[in-house]
Amino acid sequence: MTSALRYVGQAAVLVAFAGVVGFFSAAPSFRHFPEGQALLKVSFAHGGARRAECRKRTRRELAEMAANMRKEMDCPRGRVDLRLEVDLDGAPLYQATLPPTGLAGDGPSRVYERFVLPAGRHVLHLRLRDSRRNQGFDHVTQKVVELAAGQSVAVDFRVGEGFIVR
Amino acid sequence: MTALQRILRPALWRLDDLLSRIFGPAWNPLYNLGALGFFFYWIVAISGIYIYIFFDTGVTEAYDSVAYMTEDQWYLAGVMRSLHRYASDALVVVMVLHLIREFAYDRYRGARWFSWLTAVPIILFVLASGITGYWLVWDQLAQYVAIATMEWLDWLPIFGEPIARNFLAPDALDDRFFTLLVFLHIAVPLLLLLALWIHLQRVSRPRVNPPRGLAAGSFAALLALSFAMPATSHAPADLAKVPTVLDLDWFYLGFHPLMDVWSRGTVWATAAVLMLTIAVMPWLPPFRRPEVARVDLDNCNGCARCAEDCPFNAISMERRSDGKPFDREAVVNSSLCVSCGICAGACPTATPFRRTGALVPGIELPHATLVSLRDALDRKADTGSQQVYLIACEHGARRETIGHPDLAVATVPCIGALPPSFIDYLLSRCGAAGVYLAGCPQGNCHFRLGNAWTEARLEGRRDPILRKRVPRERVCWGWFAPHQSSGLRRSVEAFLRDVRGLPPQEAPSVRQLSTRFDRSREEGGVGGP
Repeated sequence: MTSALRYVGQAAVLVAFAGVVGFFSAAPSFRHFPEGQALLKVSFAHGGARRAECRKRTRRELAEMAANMRKEMDCPRGRVDLRLEVDLDGAPLYQATLPPTGLAGDGPSRVYERFVLPAGRHVLHLRLRDSRRNQGFDHVTQKVVELAAGQSVAVDFRVGEGFIVR
Repeated sequence: MTALQRILRPALWRLDDLLSRIFGPAWNPLYNLGALGFFFYWIVAISGIYIYIFFDTGVTEAYDSVAYMTEDQWYLAGVMRSLHRYASDALVVVMVLHLIREFAYDRYRGARWFSWLTAVPIILFVLASGITGYWLVWDQLAQYVAIATMEWLDWLPIFGEPIARNFLAPDALDDRFFTLLVFLHIAVPLLLLLALWIHLQRVSRPRVNPPRGLAAGSFAALLALSFAMPATSHAPADLAKVPTVLDLDWFYLGFHPLMDVWSRGTVWATAAVLMLTIAVMPWLPPFRRPEVARVDLDNCNGCARCAEDCPFNAISMERRSDGKPFDREAVVNSSLCVSCGICAGACPTATPFRRTGALVPGIELPHATLVSLRDALDRKADTGSQQVYLIACEHGARRETIGHPDLAVATVPCIGALPPSFIDYLLSRCGAAGVYLAGCPQGNCHFRLGNAWTEARLEGRRDPILRKRVPRERVCWGWFAPHQSSGLRRSVEAFLRDVRGLPPQEAPSVRQLSTRFDRSREEGGVGGP
């Protein structure tokens, strides 16, 4: 192979290499989200009530404990499962029992769910049970959301504020 | 595995050959993939340091500062940004090619498992470095990448609160989050550098710098690309909107679209299976390792040439243990030895001229001893004088030369395993008309350095050198890949014609011949390559 041909070949290989790098660094385009749709996220991290009531230790129990460990109240660490139900425009959208996190089951329950919805007006019914009761809900609310195409709306939950739309 | 290697190898041989013709063996990019990877890493590091000067950490400041670099200072910071991106992409390309080549050429099993296994964290660190870099721009692509990655990580039940909640709504994101990202984008590449250092621990003389010409050409190509197609941003991130159409960097983000199609758990399982498969490949199937090099202390004078020439750092020089008046002795680390025999080729005691005692060098391979090689050559010498000998590497071309009527062919595990004194022996004692050495293509030795050391020994640049008395016109060497058997045959036949044009070699004397036969009987060397 002559020197000139080799130089041309080297240039061609390097241009091809740069071409591949340049092309695939931003192409082909990828459609991540469908047209005319909106995104609803339901997410929060919230600790339910303790599994059992705190109990006052007896004097005898306290006496049997090491001096530095003597706490008057005995509160079990574990928390109850949460129950979450979300209806969209009158139809069930999401229903789940959310166990507490942590090895001892004493962390907050967590949820992070995404729903792709048609753009437009939607009515959300949100129900959450976070106490030791077996029936009914502790937090119930209705939210109306106007979703534009490509919009992202999040439903969060905060103690004291209840469900909020962000 | 073997079937896949059989498919890949011929294609790679031809590509290697084409690029060697274009660039020459020394500059062949496929022979310098690791070195190019390092080179691209340093481009990324230097360009990254420059653009960091202008980068602001903040929800809006991040995007604005990148926009300033891209638009206002396009001629320098913008080019640096483009170089930063394209060199990162080029790093992925050479990394993947490097992986494919090592697999296809079966250079990842046996003692080489370490370099292969340590490539797994390197792959992960490279990808993590790139992904965290895309977050920093904080455009719609960054938003997509950050949320998709966090949602993927959230599948693991290790976070008390979903980390994707950091991107739940516009008010959820804090400026300090970008400080954390910058820290990650600096820390992960530093971990990558550490992993690269570990990756090379079992390799002697690793090539971490490409030849200057190749480096200059690669840099020029990336620079031209940076001017022709400057890296740009998408629209600013807005957590109240969903990014829809994205121009993905497929080198780093090719995995992310799967998260839209498959569940997070499936993507985790796929990634885990892929990485685990790569990690355990050196043991799939288990590699039957040949016996490692053996040191014979009676013949080792502690010269350290074997340790110097070993391509895998498998030989160390330790304090003498047998009371002989030498400072050191060679010790083989069996877990590092790949049984190439290059150490035997470097040993000054590995001379077939030895008149007293058996031919046992200071170091050699138990399954490919030099005495068996010498006996095999002696037997070939008995079939006729004025023969031309072809000594070929087991991993290079030789198929079309086997059975050639004018050739006496012998094979060695690596051409570097042949002590140069054997050439002298063949020409001066066996009456050979010529000796042709064949090995793997230059720059692509199966055992890394065998053909380079051989060439240096023959040219008198490296010990043990070929003695000056050896007529150079009767010695030839050629480097050919297995698919180039016909090229080797043509080259050998041209050498045969040249040798036939030379005056006949002086025939070995009767005394020399009888010494050879006596020794052969005494040592009982049988077999041979």
